[in-house]
Amino acid sequence: MEKPVIDDAYYKLLRELQEIDFVLVELNLYLDTHPGDAGALNQYNDFALKRQSVACEFEKRYGPLMNFGHSYSGYPFQWKESPWPWEV
Amino acid sequence: MWIYEKKLQYPVRVSKCDPRMAKYLIEQYGGADGELSAALRYLNQRYTIPPKVVGLLNDIGTEEFAHLEMIATMVYKLTKDLTPEQMVAAGLGDHYVNHDKALFYHNASGVPWTAAYIQAKGDPIADLYEDIAAEEKARATYQWLIDITDDVDLQDSLKFLREREIIHAQRFKEAVEIIKEDQASKKFY
Repeated sequence: MEKPVIDDAYYKLLRELQEIDFVLVELNLYLDTHPGDAGALNQYNDFALKRQSVACEFEKRYGPLMNFGHSYSGYPFQWKESPWPWEV
Repeated sequence: MWIYEKKLQYPVRVSKCDPRMAKYLIEQYGGADGELSAALRYLNQRYTIPPKVVGLLNDIGTEEFAHLEMIATMVYKLTKDLTPEQMVAAGLGDHYVNHDKALFYHNASGVPWTAAYIQAKGDPIADLYEDIAAEEKARATYQWLIDITDDVDLQDSLKFLREREIIHAQRFKEAVEIIKEDQASKKFY
């Protein structure tokens, strides 16, 4: 697989994923202390589903987000390729 | 088990060449109220905290590592292209002679991180009050950091981190109420 281009589209999609993940972190911590809030739980599950499709799209274009078999990899092993988060 | 995700929790950009700021930001990397202290404090306390709030300590402790990575990214971006002379000029000469441009867990004055910065009392109220205080102190540090830079991109990331401290403190305060309620309830076995 060719090295992905880090352009505006990369930052836009990354930002979209970061926004969804922010909602999920917030709802997760809220649910840790309000486990019986069904409305918040519905939002959490909705965003978990939405997260899957955005993460999948990101990985298709820019390579695996996670290690240890939680993401698929193209050949040769893409995980160890830059950019690392502190490089972008 | 932790799985690494190859992205920052929130974007980190620096729009100014201001290596002096790296010297101050390191306070939140290896300082007493920094992100390393926070992560290790909560993830250590979670084993003996009552079951109702284990999840909260686990999750906030994990989020702190994402914050540690954001601080590291700020320091890395501010220092990566510096010459030794520029490091000396920015007040980073002490750092350079010991670490070159490697990051290290010390505070803004160069004092290395120590486990003495964190506590684990085993008493849930004592531990949670410590956690609330730690979040408030980190929030204050972020405010001082925001005050001493005029880099709007850096300020944006620091403001995100400052807000997270507020949320964490609020969640810990809720955890105190959950524990108090649990301790006050009559238990039948």
